[in-house]
Amino acid sequence: MFAIVVFPGSNCDHDCYHAVKHVIGRPARFLWHKETVIDKDIKCVVLPGGFSHGDYLRAGALARFSPIIKAVTDFAKDGGFVVGICNGFQILLESGLLPGAMLRNRALKFICKDVFVRAANVKKTPFTATYTEGRVIRLPIAHAEGNYYADAGTIDELKTHNQIIFNYCDKDGNISDEANPNGALLNIAGISNKQGNVLGMMPHPERASEEILGNSDGRALFQSIAQHIEGA
Amino acid sequence: MKEPLITEELIKEHGLTPDEYGRIVSILGRTPMFTELGIFSVMWSEHCSYKSSRLHLKKLPVDAPWVIQGPGENAGVIDIGDGLAAVFKMESHNHPSYIEPYEGAATGVGGILRDIFTMGARPVASLNSLRFGPLSDPYHKHLFGGVVSGIAGYGNCIGVPTVGGEIYCHPCYAGNILVNVFNVGIVKKDKIFYGKASGDGNLIIYAGSKTGKDGIHGVTMASEEFTDDAQQKKPNVQIGDPFTEKLLLEACLEAMDKGLIVGIQDMGGAGLTSSSSEMAGRAETGVELELSLVPLRAEGMIPYEIMLSESQERMLLVVERENKDALIDIFKKWDLDAVVIGKVGGDGFLRVNWHGKMAAEIPATKISTDAPIYDRPSKRPTNQDELNTLDLSKVPDITNSGNDALKKLLASPSIASKELVWQQYDHMVRTDTIVRPGSDAAVVRVKGTKKALAMSVDCNSRYCWLDPYLGAVHAVCEAARNVACSGALPLAVTDNLNFGNPEKPEVMWQFIGAIEGIKDACIALNTPVISGNVSLYNETKGDAIFPTPTIAIVGVLEDADRALTQWFKAAGDVVMLIGQTKEELGGSEYLSLCHGIERGLPPTIDPLKEKALHSVLIKLNAQGLLKSAHDCSEGGLAVTAAESAFGFLIGAEIDLGASSLRADALLFGESATRVLISATAENADIVEAAVVAAGLPIARIGKTGGDILRIKAKDMTLIEMPVSELKSIYDTSLERGLNQNEHI
Repeated sequence: MFAIVVFPGSNCDHDCYHAVKHVIGRPARFLWHKETVIDKDIKCVVLPGGFSHGDYLRAGALARFSPIIKAVTDFAKDGGFVVGICNGFQILLESGLLPGAMLRNRALKFICKDVFVRAANVKKTPFTATYTEGRVIRLPIAHAEGNYYADAGTIDELKTHNQIIFNYCDKDGNISDEANPNGALLNIAGISNKQGNVLGMMPHPERASEEILGNSDGRALFQSIAQHIEGA
Repeated sequence: MKEPLITEELIKEHGLTPDEYGRIVSILGRTPMFTELGIFSVMWSEHCSYKSSRLHLKKLPVDAPWVIQGPGENAGVIDIGDGLAAVFKMESHNHPSYIEPYEGAATGVGGILRDIFTMGARPVASLNSLRFGPLSDPYHKHLFGGVVSGIAGYGNCIGVPTVGGEIYCHPCYAGNILVNVFNVGIVKKDKIFYGKASGDGNLIIYAGSKTGKDGIHGVTMASEEFTDDAQQKKPNVQIGDPFTEKLLLEACLEAMDKGLIVGIQDMGGAGLTSSSSEMAGRAETGVELELSLVPLRAEGMIPYEIMLSESQERMLLVVERENKDALIDIFKKWDLDAVVIGKVGGDGFLRVNWHGKMAAEIPATKISTDAPIYDRPSKRPTNQDELNTLDLSKVPDITNSGNDALKKLLASPSIASKELVWQQYDHMVRTDTIVRPGSDAAVVRVKGTKKALAMSVDCNSRYCWLDPYLGAVHAVCEAARNVACSGALPLAVTDNLNFGNPEKPEVMWQFIGAIEGIKDACIALNTPVISGNVSLYNETKGDAIFPTPTIAIVGVLEDADRALTQWFKAAGDVVMLIGQTKEELGGSEYLSLCHGIERGLPPTIDPLKEKALHSVLIKLNAQGLLKSAHDCSEGGLAVTAAESAFGFLIGAEIDLGASSLRADALLFGESATRVLISATAENADIVEAAVVAAGLPIARIGKTGGDILRIKAKDMTLIEMPVSELKSIYDTSLERGLNQNEHI
């Protein structure tokens, strides 16, 4: 069972639900942010995109105080799988489940477009296990604060433990400044925790899961974790 | 604030004429109290009462078998099959956006979204139509940036994709920009809600944000010309809070889903006044309010201010007594205020109390039924004939290369790529957008069905200025053509009629001409007008905007998998032009941009031929016979061909052959009812035969392929440019114009 957390202001909750339930055909339910318990049958928690609590303050800064975050933290400690997409990634950073922080995009504007990202360390997380190492995939981004930042020590740690999972790149896989849409350090688009059970990413795989949307590169992420859960 | 005495001065300040004041006294049978004066003043403002336009709006067609709700409600509703309905409307926020672009545009989006979810529908897509002055003017750069960020800030946060729109820049908008916003929502046909205060004794519940002093007399401001003191009107502009609106949206839809709501209306323009009196009026009941129960965020507010505040993100609900607690619980879950502030009465009165003391007592229906209606005089401007003359013999034709003209057109902000704008809009949230911004129409699928909705917004205001009737026909036909180019059947219209001061006979002449044009085109295309908005007094210091009757059309595509775009898909396809090219350069973007001439008459147009064109496009696309379709409009065939090439960087070799027409008319003339299509070589014959059978001209004019766009005619190579070079001009011009002090 997948659970999609609904914060006040979440707006990709239904999109993630649709991707899990109707695109890859796995059971899914919503979790209200005021809930305090994650039921035993839930194996993967999705923190969806949106503007939790309006994000008038730093994105995700208020959502981390929601009761559900305590439960998600315990769930992750026990090895449960968590993916935060866009605002979900921001919330994971704010709540300390992942290291680093988000700055405003360097152009100081909201950006919604398709970008290319290169999958690295794909075996680190069951979310990306079925991607081939170094594969270039196309995914949409839609955010104003996706400029990933961390201090040098943290970046070293991320590298040492193979935690950098997605980097912005061009269509041929070159990780360049031109291919960096928001100014993120090292073109970081997604990272995992040390254990590999928590993934945060700015691009939206749920928006790239069906042929009719012109792009299904993101579907493998949901399939990959679903297969892992079923195999476990 | 203290209540002043009712004096002649005060009446005048409220924008009421002595005759209008006389009507108020006769309705009440006494002198109005201050709050009552305020109520009448906003409800009889042009914005709320449509007093100058109502007489003419009646002429518009509003019926079709698929129309569930026409004008008069919060939004119009059409049946789209599968037990579902589409709810849509367009509204302007012109005046506030000129003063405070971010909040003005943001609250415009907020207002239109409330109109949609008030009907029980979940908003699924937004469009906008924007008009600015020249971007060389620093203030218009500021307005442009502010309006775009405001639309983005509100729409992105609430999670409704902005999927398309149009932007034009022209000096006529230098003193009055236009911000027209459109939204469409989807609702189950048997779950539509209306703004009616039914059921004597039912409770009136106020939900959402607290009431402040912001936006008082916003509608009055929208019913006046600007003078030098426009900036002084900042306090009339409302402030938006998209997060609260998101909560309000979810709470309202949840309450509706549980069957807890009898009637509902948003508190938008004219706030609590319009929502309460209109709901009572529609249901022919009455409403009794106790204003001391209204949640306030400012201290010392008096009934007048509470009734007139245009604080955003507020809803008025009518609920049966036994459902009160369940309803309030839902709003509590979403951390929103929901309090009982009154009840439905049976005697037709709007009664407003303040701590038990009467502040207003007005027969509710009279506010609307006895509102003034003006048959304002109209007169064809004396210079119109002169304006309509165009002597092309004095305009040098293109004799050698049209490359420079094409480059100039592609760089014009009205034609150039708006990618830099729509990249700031989340156009993909909800994962329904199957044709993104940039093609003729945006297309969003309807989950749970095979269908999709296609939508487009359009108006060439230069045409409307030269000939309001023809210009309006063009606006309807082009919006519908865009929808048909995606393979969808255009079903209904919402309009936003932006004009100058209706007290000027010349402006009324434009208005009446445009209404006639919309009427005739909508009848021919069988696309009734189901909702809309009128914005008058778009004038500053006596200078009016070009008449701008913006038209948005929604159509249904039966098979979402068949959504058609404007871009060439493969090399070797046959390029064909449907429709007839005439020597029609009047009012064209080419004449304006390359020769500085804005005169003549817009192209001729026959809406019945237009209908035939749409039918054949839809039929051919349903059979999978078309690879691309792109309507010919501003910039003519050459721009259409270039834009078709841009999607996948596929060039084309086009030969228009011998012709007696001028070369520039062939390339850049804007003859109507034309569409550039591509089809595989095998299908070209079938396509050609079908178009001919539909009674329309069609010509095979070339083949796709290569990386050059080449257009020959009359044995000359008129255009020969690498597609990538043209695309780079098209892609970067708007940004260059905004960043530099370059005139674009």
